[in-house]
Amino acid sequence: MNAIIVSALLGVILMFCSWGLKSESLQKNIALIGLLVLIVANLAQLNGWYVIDIDTKGMLSFSSFGLYANTILFILTFLYLWINAEEIEAIGHQSADFYALFFFILCGASILTSFDNLLMLFIGIEILSIPLYILTGSDKKNLLSNEAALKYFLMGAFSTGILLLGITLCYGAIGSFRLEAPVIIPSKGMALEQYLLSAGLILIFASMNFKVSAAPFHFWTPDVYDGAPTVFTSFMATIVKAAGFIAFVSIFHAQSKALGYSWELLLTFVILATLLVGNISAVFQRSVKRMLAYSSIAQAGFMLFALYGVSDFANEGILLYAVVYSVASIGIFAVLVKMKDYGFEAFNGLSKTHPLLAFVTTIFLLSLAGIPLTGGFFAKYYMLNAILSAGAGLWVVIIAVIFAAISVYYYFKVIQAMYFIQGTPAIKELPTTYTYKLLFLAIILLVLGVFPNLLFNYLYF
Amino acid sequence: MFLLSFLLIPIVAAILLLFIQQEKRAQNIAIVASVLSLAAAVNMLFINVSTVDLTWLQVLNSRFVLQADGLAKILILLTAISFPAIFIATSKNHVAQKNIFLSLMLFTQAGLMGVFLAGDALLFYFFWELALIPVYFLCSIWGGEKRIAVTFKFFIYTFLGSLIMLIGIIYMYMHTKDHSFAFASFMEAGLTNTQQVTAFALFFIAFAIKMPIFPLHTWQPDAYDQSPTAVTMVLSAVMVKMGLYGVLRWLMPLFPSAFSAHTNIVMILSIIGILYASFIAIKQDNIKKLIAYSSIAHIGLMSAALFANKEVGTQGVLIQLFSHGINVLGLWIIADLIEQQTGTKSLSEMGGLAKKQPTLAILLVAFSFANVALPLTNAFVGEFLMFNSLFQVNPWMAAAAGVSVVLAAIYTLNMVQKCAYGDVSVAIQKMTTNKPAQAVLIVLIIIVFVTGVYPQPLFDLTKDTLLELFVK
Repeated sequence: MNAIIVSALLGVILMFCSWGLKSESLQKNIALIGLLVLIVANLAQLNGWYVIDIDTKGMLSFSSFGLYANTILFILTFLYLWINAEEIEAIGHQSADFYALFFFILCGASILTSFDNLLMLFIGIEILSIPLYILTGSDKKNLLSNEAALKYFLMGAFSTGILLLGITLCYGAIGSFRLEAPVIIPSKGMALEQYLLSAGLILIFASMNFKVSAAPFHFWTPDVYDGAPTVFTSFMATIVKAAGFIAFVSIFHAQSKALGYSWELLLTFVILATLLVGNISAVFQRSVKRMLAYSSIAQAGFMLFALYGVSDFANEGILLYAVVYSVASIGIFAVLVKMKDYGFEAFNGLSKTHPLLAFVTTIFLLSLAGIPLTGGFFAKYYMLNAILSAGAGLWVVIIAVIFAAISVYYYFKVIQAMYFIQGTPAIKELPTTYTYKLLFLAIILLVLGVFPNLLFNYLYF
Repeated sequence: MFLLSFLLIPIVAAILLLFIQQEKRAQNIAIVASVLSLAAAVNMLFINVSTVDLTWLQVLNSRFVLQADGLAKILILLTAISFPAIFIATSKNHVAQKNIFLSLMLFTQAGLMGVFLAGDALLFYFFWELALIPVYFLCSIWGGEKRIAVTFKFFIYTFLGSLIMLIGIIYMYMHTKDHSFAFASFMEAGLTNTQQVTAFALFFIAFAIKMPIFPLHTWQPDAYDQSPTAVTMVLSAVMVKMGLYGVLRWLMPLFPSAFSAHTNIVMILSIIGILYASFIAIKQDNIKKLIAYSSIAHIGLMSAALFANKEVGTQGVLIQLFSHGINVLGLWIIADLIEQQTGTKSLSEMGGLAKKQPTLAILLVAFSFANVALPLTNAFVGEFLMFNSLFQVNPWMAAAAGVSVVLAAIYTLNMVQKCAYGDVSVAIQKMTTNKPAQAVLIVLIIIVFVTGVYPQPLFDLTKDTLLELFVK
């Protein structure tokens, strides 16, 4: 509750900051301090301290898992802003507007980690999405950015409609928006309700797939990620996606039984399609930014494993995956922002001119590829364990692993360019502290690569 | 805690090396660190080593367990001998950014040691990958012309194999009673026959790629040819042993029924591989590729003998793990000396080594004898036992594999003839004596003959592994 209220308030405050304050760095500092306040407020709730304690009548429920997920999302946002603030300032004057949008997105995300009711899910998704449309189109003079925003808005609105239809059908079937409402057991008398519920859930499933960019609902992703200003792509591909997945998991861990066997079939199809489309398309990209867009689809395929069944591995795994994938992506996008052009050739010879930057980029890429000693390995490990212990066929896992090996191909193309190909990298001027900030991200990945349990020690208490 | 030193010495030295720009000093640090590991390895042979067991990942119930039985010890010894030998023998080679090169080599050493020592499946997987990553960078930065593509193929091949093994590890983990990665829990998993076959297949693919067994060998000759020779030495002397080690450590004890059900097919594949590699080796003019194919043939024989599943053959393999490493290391050092000084890998441009460099020529002949497993050399002991086991299973298989000995004699002696005899060629004319390398070669040849004449210490060392595998 605290997080929802405080983030909304902070959003409003920052909106006024853009009007009242001229200094950009002051705006940035207010945003960073605001995030710290948000983190503290959220942690305070874990200890039973509320800003406003209201009875939500079962609309929201605050589990330690949800609050912990909030904390993680806020910390990730903090890291993101800490590293990228200057780039955000460079996009338009009045960066406080963007910060305000970030806080609204976080407000949506906090609803998504705590909803207990399909209506709240809908509201959360909308609060999360609308600022995103604006962020995508924020580079006003750039046609690609405009196109991406319009495309995203139209398709997003359409998928929201589908979500709403799905929720309606579910309500029609069971007469309640509650997640834990009794699932209908198929019998002759209730056949119609059963069909309604199944249809509703499948529509919700499709719409959520759209939000987390899983195939075959992924078509917006490459264009939007490519068209949006790179800093905002970084935010969309990481924190927003992680929030989407947490919501996705909590709906279907509660409801998937209603779909019976066809649920596994449906999910397996989506997982394999996502892995196929993401990985194979990424192999053929010439621009690193577009490659990362497809790789983000491919990573979504792995995250979908958590939906297969309820287990500790699935819950912990989705958090670990969200953290590790987000940290690595924030890092790699932060490097990309500093490149003058987004082709693979731009990275040629980076290890000679910027050895430390090349090293941290390598860590990010190794983590995305899931190589041991980086957090990415344990993220993939938890997902494999989750799907195997949920009883999926071994063949699904083997195909997934083959795709993981394919992903090495395109991630390592960047490493090859940096280390093994001679040339002058097309990189902008870097402040020295910038590389050290990225080094901090790399250290997080390495520490999680040896002790992933550090992340879970606070989950159960 | 003693076993930790095998990881700590190389890792500490490797990190230290990153900050030492001066070439000579970096060289010395690497040599000192590797000699220290060698001293630790020799020391290990004479003391009772206790298992290291530290808390690692409690959530997953995986512990940091290092343990050393005979199998681990003999491979640790081989690794510990190989690295100082490589560092000293290649000390005069010019390498750009030598400190980084040596640092990555030492990381590889740590990874290899970890693979041989790990007593926990997840830890094993960790080290298995840790050994691969530095090699990827070593080959891609310092390798030959086609290095990037070739190394990439090597990397993706082995990475895919290890991911499939990871599924196998998770599969086993789920079937253990206490949900742990400990070797002992894996042993007590009590799989049914079908489950054993599944797990066997998942593990086997990783090991088969690493060894490599025909038809998964295609990454190897190119990788050997294109890697900087110091790395090729690590690859062929030590790294291929990871596959055989995996079979001995995990496949044989964990999946006995699946193992014996698949012996025939794997033996046949191995023998096809032996013959295939031998025939290609005969046709090679490139000395590095010749040694590479010869190595594939020898490893093929070892995998055939392993899958014969007989006590003698396994004993032979245990010895040969060590002997093959020493022999192939010697051959690579000589090939590297010639390549570095003459700039050619082509046998047809060589000739007259005996006149120009008599000591080196004698050493080449001696290592060639070991390569064809003549009596008195170390390889004879192992190969004799291995053929013995093949014969017990099927005389025809033994005969087919036996042809490889004849073929080995053909290509090895052909190499000696082209390289050592005849008039001194233009290329060989440039050769000068490289004292450190020759010293290393002399030490290695002493090991060859001592263990060839008196292999008993090696039998004693590996006795416990053999008892574990066959008596229980």
